[in-house]
Amino acid sequence: MVEWTDFERATIQDIFSKIDYDIVGPATLARCLVVYPWCQRYFGNFGNLYNAAAISSNPMVAKHGTIILHGLDRAVKNMDDIKNTYAELSVLHSEKLHVDPDNFKLLTDCLTIVVAGQMGKGFTGEVQAAFQKFLAVVVSSLGRQYH
Amino acid sequence: MTSLTAKDKDTVRSFWAKVSGKAEDIGMDALARMLIVYPQTKTYFAHWKDLSPGSAPVKKHGITVMNGVGFAVEKIDDLKAGLLSLSELHAFTLRVDPANFKIISHNILVVLAIMFPNEFTPQVHVSMDKFLAALALALAEKYR
Repeated sequence: MVEWTDFERATIQDIFSKIDYDIVGPATLARCLVVYPWCQRYFGNFGNLYNAAAISSNPMVAKHGTIILHGLDRAVKNMDDIKNTYAELSVLHSEKLHVDPDNFKLLTDCLTIVVAGQMGKGFTGEVQAAFQKFLAVVVSSLGRQYH
Repeated sequence: MTSLTAKDKDTVRSFWAKVSGKAEDIGMDALARMLIVYPQTKTYFAHWKDLSPGSAPVKKHGITVMNGVGFAVEKIDDLKAGLLSLSELHAFTLRVDPANFKIISHNILVVLAIMFPNEFTPQVHVSMDKFLAALALALAEKYR
């Protein structure tokens, strides 16, 4: 059972209420595909991913980035039971999507960097710690049903 | 890990030229952040009286670390040779577990994103990430 301080709870709610999903989602997935190009293996049918410019302007990447980011909403709403919240999605990523769970951390590292860029000075060390703790719990839960 | 392409080196050099004026601020923030977000890193600084962000030792050391990064940019064409003595320092005297190089690198990238949101594009990000990884490898060269 993960223990959250009041500050951590408030910080997570605050961040997710402030970010523009249609900017942060696409930017995060695009950045992930540019910085860690081996992640492109999961997006064979997304069309042109040949270079950074193509990735950043690819509408399928943008659409999917927003979907992924909204996938975090359920954790934001259920911070006290993230593990069970993601049981089904974990099975999906393992059995159907066959995503290497090490990739989850790569995506969340990119999300941290995009949110940092958006929030500027507001993304203090304490806010970063809370955000990364939250994402680490999500990543762990998403990897839990792999076998 | 792949080695740095000519394009990577150009990207790093030109980005560094833009940001090096703020190297001290970057270093201080990155180190302070690391100590907060990854408390296990505080174990290397038990000899400091004050580990809070903005404290004198944290500021001073952040500057030292970032000067090292700037030095590495100059040696980008042969990091192994260029960072030889720094590697010996880290291997024999400091004995920092190389896993921590990844941690400080991540925090440097976060600070770059905060301070230079327009310049820190995905293309710059990937070249800087590769460069910091190559730096870390060169730094770990003398460990064993």
